[in-house]
Amino acid sequence: MNFFLLSLIKVGLVAAVLMTTLAYLQWVERKVIAHIQLRVGPSRVGPHGLLQPLADVIKLITKEDLIPAHVNKFFYLMAPILAVALALTSISVIPFGPQINVFGVETYMQLTDLNIGVLVLLAISGLSVYGIALAGWASNNKYALLGGLRASAQMISYELPLALAIASPLLLHNSLSLREIVNAQDGYYFGFLARWAIFQMPMPQIFAFILFMIGAFAETNRIPFDLPEAENELVAGFHTEYSSMKFAAFFMAEYANMITICALATILFLGGWHPPFPVELGSGYVPSAIFGMAAAIALFHGLNPARPKDRFTLPVFAIAFFGLAIAFAIPVLNSILLPLFWFASKTGFLLFLFIWVRGTLPRFRYDQLMRFAWAWLFPVSVVHLFATGLLVALYSN
Amino acid sequence: MPNSPLEVYFPVLVQAILGTVIAVGLVTVSWLLGKKLKNKTKDSPYECGVAPTGSAEERFSVKFYLVAMLFILFDIEAVFLYPWVVVYRELKLVAFLEMFIFVAFILSGFFYIWKKRVLDWSETAGSRE
Repeated sequence: MNFFLLSLIKVGLVAAVLMTTLAYLQWVERKVIAHIQLRVGPSRVGPHGLLQPLADVIKLITKEDLIPAHVNKFFYLMAPILAVALALTSISVIPFGPQINVFGVETYMQLTDLNIGVLVLLAISGLSVYGIALAGWASNNKYALLGGLRASAQMISYELPLALAIASPLLLHNSLSLREIVNAQDGYYFGFLARWAIFQMPMPQIFAFILFMIGAFAETNRIPFDLPEAENELVAGFHTEYSSMKFAAFFMAEYANMITICALATILFLGGWHPPFPVELGSGYVPSAIFGMAAAIALFHGLNPARPKDRFTLPVFAIAFFGLAIAFAIPVLNSILLPLFWFASKTGFLLFLFIWVRGTLPRFRYDQLMRFAWAWLFPVSVVHLFATGLLVALYSN
Repeated sequence: MPNSPLEVYFPVLVQAILGTVIAVGLVTVSWLLGKKLKNKTKDSPYECGVAPTGSAEERFSVKFYLVAMLFILFDIEAVFLYPWVVVYRELKLVAFLEMFIFVAFILSGFFYIWKKRVLDWSETAGSRE
């Protein structure tokens, strides 16, 4: 098939999935945080609040679109556009699965396999500071300016340990292509322990993973590093003067960045789409078992409804889960669905971690935040990098 | 499989264009659909409901500039690390020692700024404003 046509189809597919995930990540976050705080969360719009993202989009689009007189119009409008465009671009180098064959067409489950994929992601994450810094400066508001300054200082401070934490597993993989990095983590020790970077000899990268995740929280401005929008001191930080969809654009960018950075963590440290234990030990049956169990639980609660509506909604979910369980049991679909399942579940777990931490931890003070980055995270990641380097130089073939 | 640079970078270009179109589209749609009722109070900077005082173009702490400069210095080190990791398994201990010497020089600079208390944000005296 024509390569350009194939690329356009893949871009369309990935964009559709990404936009849906963005919308529902918001719903998942609200639900999870609600349950952490012993609330129910969104439950009015549609069954279990599932239509809430749609309602939010309609509300935000029809809100008053205010461009205050005191802002610098060009940069004020450019900032949210820049933030969203950059956040959506970075998905193009992420590999979701191995090479597959659909109706006779051989293709990678990835938009494009750049040999400098890691550098592209770092460059885009560096550029995304502009969106926030410009928003803070162009708003011509004291809170926005302070929020923007804090955000840019924080993001560039944590980019340094992040870049060092990325370099250290690369010592094991020796490639900047994300696909080759995943391929280097194929196989198992002793027949059952996955050769993911966090387990890989001679230096398991578990500490680099922790350093990377700390940097990732700071790069995406999430709690406990959400100083740019510390609402009890800075109103809303850099997006104080933004309204309607321009306001939502910053959140879209934040969630898209979260998805990208969790996917990157999965690729660098958690073996991408490789299952945690080999197919010979039955890892191929895990998705069917999980979805089958989910179907059974949904069916049970549908037959013994806690709320009157559950009698109708939960059996529908049960049928959907059961359909998924069947789909994973069909051998023809396995080569496509299984890698996707493992990739999505690892990335999904890391995203859940982001939400879990938000529901658990308080916020840093600003001087603590900066001291933590420079006086603790940076030296530790340098030391860790050289410890890895020494072990790889001495003990690998 | 794609070979030429055009084919390899084409999807990135398409995705970038698509991202920009989505971003511009969302902002434009809300500008078209949203109602517009301007008044003097809405046009003034938001300061918790009281009349804004002074301008937002205030002077701010010089420490933000210092952080930006430190970032440029140390990030160059990180950039040099990436070609190093790619060839690492071919050179091994030689590469390790050479990079160690390079980073030792960088880290002596880091020790200097630490002693100069550039990284101490709670410090009120010294290089403020």
